[in-house]
Amino acid sequence: MEHSDPATIKKSVRTYMMVGALLYIGTVITVAVNQVHLAVPLAITVALIIATIKGSAVGAVFMHLSHEKKWIYGSLILTAAFFVVLMTVPFFTVSDTIGTPLHHETAASAGAHEGH
Amino acid sequence: MEIPYVVETRPDTGLANGKLGIWLFLASEVMLFGALFSTYIILRVGSAEWPHGELNVWLGMANTFILIGSSVTMVMAWASLKLHDFGKSRMYLLATFILAGVFLVNKYFEYASHFTRGELPSHSTFLAIYFTLTGLHGLHIIGGMVVMAYLLGPGARMYKSHPDQYTGRIEYTGLYWHFVDLVWIFLFPILYLL
Repeated sequence: MEHSDPATIKKSVRTYMMVGALLYIGTVITVAVNQVHLAVPLAITVALIIATIKGSAVGAVFMHLSHEKKWIYGSLILTAAFFVVLMTVPFFTVSDTIGTPLHHETAASAGAHEGH
Repeated sequence: MEIPYVVETRPDTGLANGKLGIWLFLASEVMLFGALFSTYIILRVGSAEWPHGELNVWLGMANTFILIGSSVTMVMAWASLKLHDFGKSRMYLLATFILAGVFLVNKYFEYASHFTRGELPSHSTFLAIYFTLTGLHGLHIIGGMVVMAYLLGPGARMYKSHPDQYTGRIEYTGLYWHFVDLVWIFLFPILYLL
């Protein structure tokens, strides 16, 4: 960490406490939203948004990523790029269905119409 | 022979070697957990039904609180060293160690409750990925505790001879610990809530 004189550190301590409180509040909100029983896609979206905000706070403040050196940013950007590829892999597993009918019923009903 | 750039920063990277080293290690950890998160998505999207309410949300929430608290105490251990208060730093590091232990005890009770009901990883796809993800995360908690135990015990002597190097070690341990907390922040909603 670059800015490490005692005055800056003392100021940072207050920030650490505030972020800790924010993380607790975020956790309570996540569980509270879950108790409401939202539709699954909405529940997933809300939970992941809150988790991303909490994760960003941990990274930016506790891990000091808000003011790091460019070598660390560089390695993390590279990691993020590969991470995105990794998260895209599940989509490739269903890509072999491209070009095939979406519903079997549609194909079956089309066959039935041909019969008439 | 003295190892260079242990405390002082390298002119080319502007970083001490340990700092860049721990970030590269964390990058590899992102890929490790990323692969498992990706597997989770494949299994979940591919399954006809996914169980809800199998896990104890309140125990998971308590463990989230414990890990968040441990992240705060860990960063305070580092900040205390920067303020030249070794005693306080040790106290915060010990608190982090204890909180990590409490997390594992909770996890033990959770696992034991599953095992007594015959819910082993082979029982269902959900339990297989649940035990894999939380088991690997638990191993990371144990790894962090081993390092903290060393820094609280024999490793603490370094503060007298090389205080800056010891502060660096606490910082790198902290970076690892915050990453472990960060992984749990995502594990908790996807396994316990969704």
